[in-house]
Amino acid sequence: MTALAPTTPPLLSVRDLSVSYGPIEAVSGISLDVPEGHIATVIGPNGAGKTTLLSALMGILPSRGAITVDGVETSSPTIARMIAAGIALVPEQRALFATMTVEDNLVLGGFRRHRDPHYDADETLRDVYGRFPRLWERHRQLAGTLSGGERQMLALGRALMGKPRLLMLDEPSLGLAPLVVRDVFQIIAELKRTGVSILLVEQNARAALKVADHAYVLELGRVAMEGPAAELADDPRIVAAYLGKTSRHQEMLTA
Amino acid sequence: MNMQIVMLLGQDGVTNGAVYALLALSIMLVFSVTRILLIPQGEFVAFAALTMAAMQSGRAVQLGWLVFALAVVATLMDAAKVWRSKGREPWPHGTLGLLAVAALALVLTKVLPLDRIGMFAQALLTIALVVPLGPLLYRVFFQAIAAAHSLVLLIVSIAVHVALVGTGLLMFGPEGGKTEPFSDAFFEIGPAMIASQTLWVIAATLALMGGLWVFFGKTLYGRALQATAVNRLGAELVGISPDLAGRASFTLAAAIGVLSGILIAPITTIYYDSGFIISLKGFVGAIIGGLTSFPVAALGALFIGQAEAFSTFWASSYKEVIVFTLLLPVLVWRSLAHTRVEDEE
Ligand SMILES: Nc1ncnc2c1ncn2[C@@H]1O[C@H](COP(=O)(O)OP(=O)(O)OP(=O)(O)O)[C@@H](O)[C@H]1O
Ligand SMILES: [Mg+2]
Repeated sequence: MTALAPTTPPLLSVRDLSVSYGPIEAVSGISLDVPEGHIATVIGPNGAGKTTLLSALMGILPSRGAITVDGVETSSPTIARMIAAGIALVPEQRALFATMTVEDNLVLGGFRRHRDPHYDADETLRDVYGRFPRLWERHRQLAGTLSGGERQMLALGRALMGKPRLLMLDEPSLGLAPLVVRDVFQIIAELKRTGVSILLVEQNARAALKVADHAYVLELGRVAMEGPAAELADDPRIVAAYLGKTSRHQEMLTA
Repeated sequence: MNMQIVMLLGQDGVTNGAVYALLALSIMLVFSVTRILLIPQGEFVAFAALTMAAMQSGRAVQLGWLVFALAVVATLMDAAKVWRSKGREPWPHGTLGLLAVAALALVLTKVLPLDRIGMFAQALLTIALVVPLGPLLYRVFFQAIAAAHSLVLLIVSIAVHVALVGTGLLMFGPEGGKTEPFSDAFFEIGPAMIASQTLWVIAATLALMGGLWVFFGKTLYGRALQATAVNRLGAELVGISPDLAGRASFTLAAAIGVLSGILIAPITTIYYDSGFIISLKGFVGAIIGGLTSFPVAALGALFIGQAEAFSTFWASSYKEVIVFTLLLPVLVWRSLAHTRVEDEE
C-alpha cells in the first residue's frame, strides 16, 4: 500500500500496557510496535498473557496504558474504535457463526465495510475463495459442522473479508496437521506482501520466527526478550526453550 | 356442539393463534439477540389497540407524550455519553431520528381530527406512535446493562412492564377499547361463515412472517441480527454494533406488537393491562419452541389459540386455567427431550 518512510509512525504502538483480571495482573507493562507492512510475533508459554494482550488491544478487555494507532493515542479503546482503525482479530476461540453457512460467515466478515463505497463485497469474496478453495467447496455448509482446520480457514477468511490493515492472529496453526500449518504460514507471508500488517501470537515458535520481522517473548505477562526475529531464532536461550528438538511442547520451559 | 360452532370456534382459535405466533416470534427474536425476555411485549399490543380505539371514539390520544418524553431522555443519555467521552465517541445516529418522529407523531395526535381521518391513517399514526417505543425502551432501560447477567435483564424487563402498565392506566383509563373491523364482509364456506377480519389476520400474519423470513434470510442486516444471536463476540468483531442490534430487535418487536394490536382490536376488547396475558400466550408458544425453533413455536401458538377458543365455549371462566394447564405435559415433555439431547453431547 503506502511506502514505508522512516518518519512514519508505527501502525500500532503499545506503551506500558497492563491488564488485570480482578486482583490478578495477567499483562504487566508491555510495550510493542507493529510498523506498517511488518509481521510482529509474540511467543511464550501457556498462560503468559498472549491472548489477554490481544483481547486488550482489540478493546475486548479494559486495559491501562497507551495504545496508539496511526499516531492517534487512546487508552482502553472500544472494539468499534479498533475496527474503524482497520484492525481485525481472529480470536483464540474463533467466534464463528456456527449455525450459519460458510458463505454467510464470510459475507458478514465484510459488514464493517458495508457502507464503504470503495468496498466490493463480491470481489473480496472471490479473493477469499481463491485463497481458500476448501471454503468454496463447502460454502453452503454450516460453519459449526466444519473440521477444525476448515474452521481456522473460515476464521481467517472472515477476518480478511473486512480488508484489515492490521490483522491480529491468535494461534492460527492451533490443532492443524503439519502440512496445513505450512499453508497457513504461507498465507501469512503472502498477506504481508499485499501490504497487510500482522501481529501473530503463536505456539509454533519456529515457524513464527521464520515468517516474522520482529519478535517478542512473553513470560508471566512481561516482555522477557525482544528483537529481530532472525536474531532471536539464533539466540541460545530461545533455541533451548522454544526451538529444541521437542519444540512441540514449550511448557517445560518455565524454569 | 354442531359443525357450525366448531367452525366458529376454530376460526377464533386460528385468529388468536396467528397473533400468538407473531408474538412468539418476536419474543424469541429479542431473546436470542439480546438475552432479554421481553415481558413488555404485550404492552405494544395493548397500547396500539387502545390508541386505535381512542382515535375512533374521538378521545384524546396521550401516548405521544410518553414516547416524546422517552425520546428526550434517550437523547439526553446519548448527549451525556458523548460528553463523558470528551467528544471521542461519535454521536450515535438513530436517537435524534426517533426524537423527530416522536415529536411529529405527538403534534399530529393533537392537531388532526383523529376520528375522521379514516382507518388507514389511524393505523399509520398508531404505528408511528408505538414503534419508536421499542428502540427507546432499549436505549433508556437496557443498553447500559446489555452485558449484565440475564437475571438482571429479566428483573429490569419485569420492572419496565409494570411501569408501562401503570402508565397505560393513566393514558387510557380503566375502560376497555374495541375498534371497527377492517371490513364487515362475511364469506360463506360450506356450513360456516368466515368473518373477513379472520382473513385479514391470517393474511397479515403470513405477510409479516414472509417479510421477516426474507429479512433474516436474504438481507445483510437480517444476517447481522442473526449473527449477533449466534455469537455475540464474533458479531462485534466483524463490526456489528451490539447497541444497534439491540435497538433493531426491539424495533421489530414493537412493530410486530403494533400490528398484532391493530389486528385483534376489532375482535377482542382490550384493556390497559390486557397485553400481559396475550403476550404470555405468545411466550408459552416460544417456550414450546424451546426459544429457538420458530416453526415449533408457531405450531404451539396455534395450538394455544385453539385450546383457548374451545375452552371458552365449554368453561369460559376457566379459560386461562385450562390453557395454561394444558401446557404442563408439553413442558414436561420438553424438559425430558432436552435432557436427552444434553446427554448425547
Ligand atoms: N477471565 C479470566 N479470569 C481470570 N484469569 C484469567 C482469565 N483469562 C485468563 N486468565 C489468566 O490470565 C493468564 C493469561 O492468560 P492468557 O489466556 O492470556 O494466556 P496465553 O498466553 O494466551 O496462554 P495460551 O498459550 O495457553 O493460550 C493465565 O494465567 C490465565 O489463567
Ligand atoms: Mg492464548
